[in-house]
Amino acid sequence: MPKKAPEELTWRDLEIGCAVTEPGSASEYKSGDWRSRQPIWDFTKCIKCGLCYTYCPDAAVNQRDDGYFEANLYYCKGCSICTQECPTTAIHMIEEGE
Amino acid sequence: MANRIGMEVSFAVAEAAKLARSEVVAAYPITPQTHIVEKLAELVAEGELDAEYIPVESEHSAMSACLGSSAVGARTFTATAGQGLELMHEVLFVASSSRLPIVMAVANRAISGPLNVWGDHSDVMAARDCGWIQIFTENGQEAFDLTLCAFRIAEDHRVLFPIMVHLDGFHLSHMVESLYPLEQSEVDAFLPPYKYPFALDPAKPVTLGAYGPPFIYTEAKKAQEVALRSTKEVILEVWREFNRRFGRQYSPVETYATEGADTLLLTMGSFSETASVAIDRLRKQGEKVGQIRLRLWRPFPFEELYQAVRTAKVVIVLDRSISVGGPGGPVCSEVKSALYHLKERPQIVSFVGGLGGRDISVADFENIVRKGQKLAAQGVGEHYEMIGLRE
Amino acid sequence: MASQRNTVALRLPMEENFAAGHRACIGCGEVLALRLVCKALGRDVIIANATGCMEIVSSQIPYTSWEVPWIHTLFENTSAVASGIEAGLKVLRRKNKGPQKEVTVVAMGGDGATADIGIQALSGAMERYHKFIYVCFDNEAYMNTGVQRSSATPFGASTTTSPPGKVKTGQATWKKDMVAIAAAHNIPYAATANPSFPLDLIKKVQKAKQVNGPAYIHVYSPCPTGWRTGPEVSIKLGRMAVSTGVFPLYEIENGRYILKPDLPKLRPVKEYIKAQGRFRHLTDDLIEQIQKRVTQEYDKLREKAAQSQSA
Repeated sequence: MPKKAPEELTWRDLEIGCAVTEPGSASEYKSGDWRSRQPIWDFTKCIKCGLCYTYCPDAAVNQRDDGYFEANLYYCKGCSICTQECPTTAIHMIEEGE
Repeated sequence: MANRIGMEVSFAVAEAAKLARSEVVAAYPITPQTHIVEKLAELVAEGELDAEYIPVESEHSAMSACLGSSAVGARTFTATAGQGLELMHEVLFVASSSRLPIVMAVANRAISGPLNVWGDHSDVMAARDCGWIQIFTENGQEAFDLTLCAFRIAEDHRVLFPIMVHLDGFHLSHMVESLYPLEQSEVDAFLPPYKYPFALDPAKPVTLGAYGPPFIYTEAKKAQEVALRSTKEVILEVWREFNRRFGRQYSPVETYATEGADTLLLTMGSFSETASVAIDRLRKQGEKVGQIRLRLWRPFPFEELYQAVRTAKVVIVLDRSISVGGPGGPVCSEVKSALYHLKERPQIVSFVGGLGGRDISVADFENIVRKGQKLAAQGVGEHYEMIGLRE
Repeated sequence: MASQRNTVALRLPMEENFAAGHRACIGCGEVLALRLVCKALGRDVIIANATGCMEIVSSQIPYTSWEVPWIHTLFENTSAVASGIEAGLKVLRRKNKGPQKEVTVVAMGGDGATADIGIQALSGAMERYHKFIYVCFDNEAYMNTGVQRSSATPFGASTTTSPPGKVKTGQATWKKDMVAIAAAHNIPYAATANPSFPLDLIKKVQKAKQVNGPAYIHVYSPCPTGWRTGPEVSIKLGRMAVSTGVFPLYEIENGRYILKPDLPKLRPVKEYIKAQGRFRHLTDDLIEQIQKRVTQEYDKLREKAAQSQSA
C-alpha cells in the first residue's frame, strides 16, 4: 500500500498528538534535489582518510567496499565542504548535468 | 471505607494526588495554591509519597517539566493559580496538543492588575481555548473526589488529555471542610497504572512535537478537537464508576431544585453552595426558581445544558470574571452562544460579581435572582449587572 | 560497510543517529555539529529540543531525522522539559518501570534558546542539579527566524536587528559568556566544542555522559546563511575561530580550567573577520577593538588554566 504524500494526509491519518512513530523517516526526503553541483572523487589521489565522510553535514558521503569514498546523490546538497577539507584535493565539484 | 474527617481543602487535593500515587510533582508556589504544593513536598519528604518533587523556578518551567515527565510515562501532577496559570499559558496548549495526561489543580485567583491574590475565575476564563478538560469543584469532598477521577479520566487511552481541577482560591483552598477520604486500597482498585502509548524510550523511539506547516495544521487541530469532544463519554463513564464504588455521583451539569422553575440561576464553583441556600429561601417564598451548577467546563456540556434549561424562561448567569471590553461575563457569553440556535430559548441575564475575592452573600443571591427577573422582563441587550459595585 | 577501512572515520562512532534527508541549509555547520554530537551520544538517549534551526530542519510532520526518542515543545523551556524527563525516569526506575537501561537525558537548544529566552530554565535545571547534558548549538543569532541578534552575537556582527547603518555599527555588546555562567552554577563539567575538531567534540560529549550531574557543552556552529559565508568554508572557519582565539577550546572540570589547545600565539582576528560578510562593514578601528578584547579574554583563560594546573 503506497504511503500517502504529506499533503494528502487527512486528520484521521495523524497519530495521537501528531507523534511521528517511524524514527528516521526523513530519510525518504530527497535532499539531493537541492543540488546544483556534485562532488567527484579522483581515486588516484584519495588516501581513504575519511575526512570527507566526517565533515559532511548531510551524512551524504559513503565509503565503498574498496575503501574509496563517493557522494550519496540521494542526499548530497552540493555544499562542497568535502572539496575544502580533503587533504589531497582529491575531490572537485562538477555542475549538475555535466 | 474511611471515616469522615475535617481537612483543609488544599490538603485534601494533595492527599488525592498522594493516593493517586503521583510520580512527579513539578510546581511553583503561588497564593492561594501554596498549601497544596507545600503539603506535597512534606509528603515526599516524609516518604509517604514516592515521587520526584521538582521545585522549578517558574510556572512556565513547572508545566514544561510536567510535559517531560508525563512524556516518559510518569504520573504527573501540579497546581497553580492566577498569575501562575497565565505564565504557563503557552505551555498549556502544548500539553493538550501533545495529548499528555497531566492533572493540575487550579486555586482560581484574580488576574493582575491590580494585584489581587484572592479568588475569582479570571484565571480560568483566560485559558478557555487551551484544550484541557476542565472541571469545577464546589466543596472539599468534590475537590478530593474529582482530583482522583481526573487521573483516571486523563490517562484513559480513549482520552489522553490534561485536566484542570478548579477550586476557588481561599473560599475553598483555605477552608477546612468535612469530607470522606478514601483508603489507598480503594484508590488502587479504581486507578490503574499510567501507560503512555508514546512514552519516550530508546527501545521504541518516537518524535513528539514535530512541526505542522499550513498543509497539515488544520488537520492536526481537527483531530485534537474531535478527540477532546469525545472525552465526555469517558468522563461520564468514570463518574458513574466512581459512584458505583464510592456512592457519590457527579454530572457535567448539576441541577438543584429545578422542579417547576421558570427562572434558573447558573453558577460555578463554591459560590454555588451559597446560591443554593438563596434558592431554598426564594422557593419557600413561593418563587419558581431553581439552580444550574456547571461542573464540566470543557468539553462544554451542550446537551446537558439544553436539557437543564428546557423549561426555563429566564436564565441568570453569574460570572466571576469580566471579559473587559467584550461580552461581559465569559460564562454568560458561552451560555448565550450555546443556546442561540434553539428555536425556543430562555432570556439570558448576565451578572458579574465575586471579583478579586469579594463575597456574595445569600441575601445578595436573592437580590440577584429578583433583579435578574426584573431585567429579563425589561429586556437587557448586552447589559450586565455588576454586583455590589460602589458607584 | 567497507572491508578496507583504516580511516580517520574509524575513530568516529559509525552509526548515524540523525538521519539524512533533513532540511538544513547547504553547508550548515550546526547540523554537522549535531550529527557528530548524535554519533557521540549513541541511541540510549532521550533528547528535549528547543524550537530553532535543528528542530525545524529535522521534524516536519510526518518526517523526522531523529533515530532516538525526541521531544520538542517550545522555545524557552527545553531545560525544564529535560528536568521533567530526568525526574520521571528517576522515579520510574525506582518502581521498576520505564526504559530498561541507563538513559542519557539531553537538552539541546540554539544560542537564542540558551542564552536569552531559555536562560532561566537552564539556570534552574543546573541549580537543581539534574543529571543531564545541555548542548548549546551556537550559530550566534536567531537564525531560524531570519538572522536576528542574540546575546551570543559577537560584537560588531550585522544581523537584522543589529544592522550597521549611518549611526550604528552592528551588534553593540560583547558575546555573553555562557560557559562561565554555566560554570558559576558549580556543575561538574562545562566545555566548548567545535565541529571542525570532531574527535575533540565527540570526546567531550562522551565525557559529559559520564558526569553525575549537569554538563554543559557550547558548540560553535557556523551558519553560511547568517554569517554571509560560502557554504564550503564552514569547517575552515571553525579552525580559524580556534586559531585566532575567538572561540577557544577548553573545559571546566569541577572548577578546573583545561585550555586545549593552549596557543602561545594567536593568529590575527582580522583573517577571521574578513572571511565573513556579517563583518564586512567593520572599520579597522573596530577590528582593533575586537582584537584587543579577544586577546584579553584569551589571556584570562590561559591564566585560569595555569592556576588550575598549579592548584
